[in-house]
Amino acid sequence: MAGLMAGFGHYTHAVVRGIPASLAKEALRSSQTEVDLAKAVKEQEAYVEVLRTRLGLEVVELPADESLPDCVFVEDAAVVCGDTALITRPGAESRRGETEAMKGALKDLNLNIVEMTDENATLDGGDVLFTGREFFVGLSKRTNQRGAEILADAFKDYAVSTVPVLEGLHLKSFCSMGGPGLIVIGSSEPAQKALKIMQQMSDHRYDKLTVPDDLAANCIYMNLPSKGHVLLHCTAEEFPESAKESLNACSSQFASPCRVFIS
Amino acid sequence: MTTEAGSETEVKEKAEESAAEPDQSEKATEDSQEVANAEVEEKERAKVKEKEGKEGKGISRYLPTWLKKQKSQSQTSPTKEDPPTEEPVSEVTQEEEGPTPEVNGHAEEVEEKEEVKSEQVKEKEAETHSNASADTEPAKEEKVEESAEKSPEETKETTEGEGAEEETKEKEGAVEAEGEAGEGQTSIFQSPLRLVRKNKMKLVVCHVTLLDGTDFTCEVEKRAKGQYLFFKVCEHLNLLEKDYFGLTYKDNHDQKCWLDPTKEIKRQIRSNNWQFAFNVKFYPPDPSLLTEDITRYLLCLQLREDVASGRLPCSFVTHALLGSYTLQAEIGDYEPDQPRPLDFISQLTFAPNQNKEMEEKILELYKSHRGMTPAQADTQFLENAKKLSMYGVDLHHAKDSEGVDIMLGVCANGLLVYKDRLRINRFAWPKILKISYKRNNFYIKIRPGETEQFESTVGFKLENHRAAKRLWKVCVENHSFFRLNAPEPPTKARFLTLGSKFRYSGRTQAQTRMASSLIDRPAPSFERTSSKRISRSLDGAPMISITEAGRESAENGREPHLELHSDSKVTVVDVSPGDAEAMPSQHSPGSSELGPPQSSLRVHGDNIYVRHSNLMLEDHDKTQEEVLKHQASISQLKRSFMEAPPPSPPQPNQWEKRLTSSPATIRLQQQQVVSVPQTEAATADNAISDTKEPAKTTEVEIEETVVVQEISRAPKPGLVTVAASTPAAPSAEQEMREQEVEVQEEAVVVEEAKPRKEESISSESESEEEAEYHPYLPVSISHTQIPEEKEEEEEQEKQEEDKTPELQVLASDASSLPAEVIQPAEETRREEVESKKEDNTETEKTTNAEEEKEVERETEESTDDPMVTPDEAPNGLTLPEEGVTVMDARAEEEEEPKMNGEPSLTEAEPLPQVICCSEPPVVKTEMVTISDTFAAQKTEIATKEVPIVHTETKTITYEAAQLDGNGDGEPGVLMTAQTITSESLCTTTTTHITKTLKGGLSETRIEKRIVITGDCDIDHDQALAQAIKEAKEQHPDMSVTRVVVHKETELAEED
Repeated sequence: MAGLMAGFGHYTHAVVRGIPASLAKEALRSSQTEVDLAKAVKEQEAYVEVLRTRLGLEVVELPADESLPDCVFVEDAAVVCGDTALITRPGAESRRGETEAMKGALKDLNLNIVEMTDENATLDGGDVLFTGREFFVGLSKRTNQRGAEILADAFKDYAVSTVPVLEGLHLKSFCSMGGPGLIVIGSSEPAQKALKIMQQMSDHRYDKLTVPDDLAANCIYMNLPSKGHVLLHCTAEEFPESAKESLNACSSQFASPCRVFIS
Repeated sequence: MTTEAGSETEVKEKAEESAAEPDQSEKATEDSQEVANAEVEEKERAKVKEKEGKEGKGISRYLPTWLKKQKSQSQTSPTKEDPPTEEPVSEVTQEEEGPTPEVNGHAEEVEEKEEVKSEQVKEKEAETHSNASADTEPAKEEKVEESAEKSPEETKETTEGEGAEEETKEKEGAVEAEGEAGEGQTSIFQSPLRLVRKNKMKLVVCHVTLLDGTDFTCEVEKRAKGQYLFFKVCEHLNLLEKDYFGLTYKDNHDQKCWLDPTKEIKRQIRSNNWQFAFNVKFYPPDPSLLTEDITRYLLCLQLREDVASGRLPCSFVTHALLGSYTLQAEIGDYEPDQPRPLDFISQLTFAPNQNKEMEEKILELYKSHRGMTPAQADTQFLENAKKLSMYGVDLHHAKDSEGVDIMLGVCANGLLVYKDRLRINRFAWPKILKISYKRNNFYIKIRPGETEQFESTVGFKLENHRAAKRLWKVCVENHSFFRLNAPEPPTKARFLTLGSKFRYSGRTQAQTRMASSLIDRPAPSFERTSSKRISRSLDGAPMISITEAGRESAENGREPHLELHSDSKVTVVDVSPGDAEAMPSQHSPGSSELGPPQSSLRVHGDNIYVRHSNLMLEDHDKTQEEVLKHQASISQLKRSFMEAPPPSPPQPNQWEKRLTSSPATIRLQQQQVVSVPQTEAATADNAISDTKEPAKTTEVEIEETVVVQEISRAPKPGLVTVAASTPAAPSAEQEMREQEVEVQEEAVVVEEAKPRKEESISSESESEEEAEYHPYLPVSISHTQIPEEKEEEEEQEKQEEDKTPELQVLASDASSLPAEVIQPAEETRREEVESKKEDNTETEKTTNAEEEKEVERETEESTDDPMVTPDEAPNGLTLPEEGVTVMDARAEEEEEPKMNGEPSLTEAEPLPQVICCSEPPVVKTEMVTISDTFAAQKTEIATKEVPIVHTETKTITYEAAQLDGNGDGEPGVLMTAQTITSESLCTTTTTHITKTLKGGLSETRIEKRIVITGDCDIDHDQALAQAIKEAKEQHPDMSVTRVVVHKETELAEED
């Protein structure tokens, strides 16, 4: 994981968690569409496969917990930067239990664990965008000011700026890092607004990659010792236009692009 | 700096002009003294020089301190340099200010100068002449010329506009140089006299806490300026890249303040506690660009302190890493046989919450740095420290508009707003149009980004007015240092009644980098230790021992490491301590102190001077020389900057370029500038200013800031733009205007100025309460200023005439200019007006009063409009009766300003105006009229040529069913106005509130005028929708009754 003030550092590990059967029925939803559990499981398998074999990461797989229907979304349970892991206090009460297993896993990775104990603080990892130089924390339904403060306290080296998230669930629902200094952003109005705020708040300049679909803006950028820059993004079937954008961006951004589709 | 000297002199002259018979007689005596001296010296050349100097600026210079002081007080010009407190020193300074290259062959200019000065010289003349008889030819000639031209010149001076002044001023600058150079020598020869004087001065012991925690003690004269002490300290530290540093003191309220180098120390500290600290003032964003290791070392020391105290927060790992580099730099390689290294580490403070774990980590990392030289370790330290988010951020406690505690952080990039640890906003310098404070309020006016629609002023509350001022100053300095190529001249004209004319006076980062690149001395050796944290000697015997004292205290057998620090030691050996003070700057060829071209003449003088100082004047004179050289080098740097393209222009805007392309503008501006000193003199008696700023405006600076001036110039035409008008209140001014149909624009300007003038005079004295700073339009201020302070109308008219050609150029130019050019500056003026008003009303301090004033102002301004419109209404625009439409800027004005052939009642002012008072205007209402005008321009901007623009105009009017009473003669109240500019678009919103009483029914109409100008496509519908939406949002209880869209599109360009 990221070293001291070294941007993204190197990615070595990935933590994933199994999909509980309760996901389909009990998970918190922002839309009414049916969840195809079987397909979800299949997708995750493909995802883990990519991480493990194609990218060579050490994948830590946490077992699913039926009492935690949203536990598959590990991103929200912790924020890791440098050698410090901040265990969050998710905004949704039903998800607070998810952090236990995550804490254990991260402890095992020898990270310094910082816990968010403040009763008034909430923070979902999905609202935390680390750009390699600074943090942006979306103030959303799930994340509040106090949560952001605690994050700032945990990662003192970095500027932590807050960005209001007016629509959508999380800040990273419509943006993510596509590489060092490259923000992938959806083209919706709230997304673009948020990007402008981020640009205004930052002392650094970021390139932006606007993709037609907000959801497609949720990528995972990794700097792998063995493979260089890797961008994990949605499949072309899912978001054909966005995938094309990503592809173009990749080839222009990185000397030796290595793209991975989640199928 | 030539220019500095020039302006200073001029100022003095003015003062003399204005009054001061005693002055002159005093001068005369002084003069004779000087003459006598010179004679005693019996050095021919010296005499000549002295003459020149005398005639140039020498006259006033020889005034006794008390006299000068008096004068300057009566003058009230804060821009002026403090009266030299120690005669000799100040003289030296002035002498050195002149760039040496000009020393030769400026006979002509000299003459010119003489002319100007002739009045003052009158009295002395007899003496001078007698003296001159012994003089060499050139001097004599000058004298003759002088007397011959005396009388005509006098008249000229008083009546003539800026033009003449400017010229003379420039020349003066040159002359000054000459005189100064000569003076330099004279002063040497006269040193006995000076010595006597000097000895009378009271000396005070200053204690300066250095970055390593040691105390540096030195004596300064009681009236020495800040820079004297600062240079002393830098000299002691052997620091050349000194511009990143400064001295701080604690004020009476125990607040840390920066010592202003240009002001007397005594006046700043206001206590008998002459205790200072040497600190980093501007944290270089990239320390690796520093030239010398010693500079980096000092920066490290500051940062170590910042980190250890918690001012610079960092994570555990960063603490450990920085600590490990500190150890490596200060004690060298880790010694495996060192007993109990942890004990040793734990004696040191690396972090506010240091614990065993951290110390272990530090030790672990420290071991890994083996082989790293101290300089490398420092570099590594800085490379990591500079990435910290709070690096170089100067935090100030404040409250936001809702009273929530926040922190304002000033840094190289701009202003950051923190709530707790979170950054909640950021205003980069380029986004800030104006920085101001008023009492305990601190305001920034922001150029809107793409996310926002309109420019806005953000206000913060500070604990008290001192805190507000402190923050403001820090902002001004940081902006100047990091964003400008050369420091902005202090505002000469008092464009505001506002007190502080404070400006950053040192070198900017660009300049200091330039200067640093010229440093060509062997790396000075220095001892790396921080006695605050480490009480042992870690280094070999240094040439300059910073910590002579506590060195031996805890040796711990660390001697072996000493060699690590000796890398550069050898080279410096030849600098003997005695010489050392003057050495680095004087004798090392490329040192930063020396600007590239040095005239041999001056060098000669310097040398002599040095000898003297070695004998008798050691401390003061030498340091003073450094100061002077520093200044000289600044001016030289400035010159070079003028020629070289600025590496990072503060605002590389399109309009800048465009404006620069009109040469007329430049000329006129220069002329205008000149008037400033006069103005000062004129108003001198009106107020007492306790702020004395260095009289640093110089011709050089003027030239440098030409671009900026141009920007500022633009606004004038912009004024004219204001198309709408109120029929009410025809004033004398209006009449005047009528006479000058052709010059109306100017007239407008003048008029505006006038009311202000009256208002401003009374409030002048409350200086420190508020001030403004315009990061973007620094000079504009002084320009706009000018008319308002002019006493004589003749002068004004003259001025106007002068301006006319330029205006025309601008006007034609402007047709292709986006409104932005004009508006912002305009804004500036308006705001100034505003603040003045506020000042005035301060006693009553009611918003009402202010608003009333507003109204008055409005009225006055509106009177202009009728004039404007008639002669430029070829296209006759049809507009709603209210006469609402204000076209943006010039283009509109030229094409179709006249609406309905008569002055409309509500004056539509595109003039941006921000009401400075913190209370937002309260609006009660029944009915609203919203008239929106969108003047859109699609224009290809021609930079070089005056474009011929054909425009197509279209007006759409939407009126709601309920009709408001149309123009009843009530003048509206201009409530707000904003201008937002981006590269291609300019949006100006003007809000107007008109209250009418109709049969006991109070009706408030709000008129909002939005002018969007740009050279790119504008989505008018969207803009309209947005405007309506906003209007509704802002005044939910009102209804939109009318929307007028006026669209103007450029059709084509013809050749």
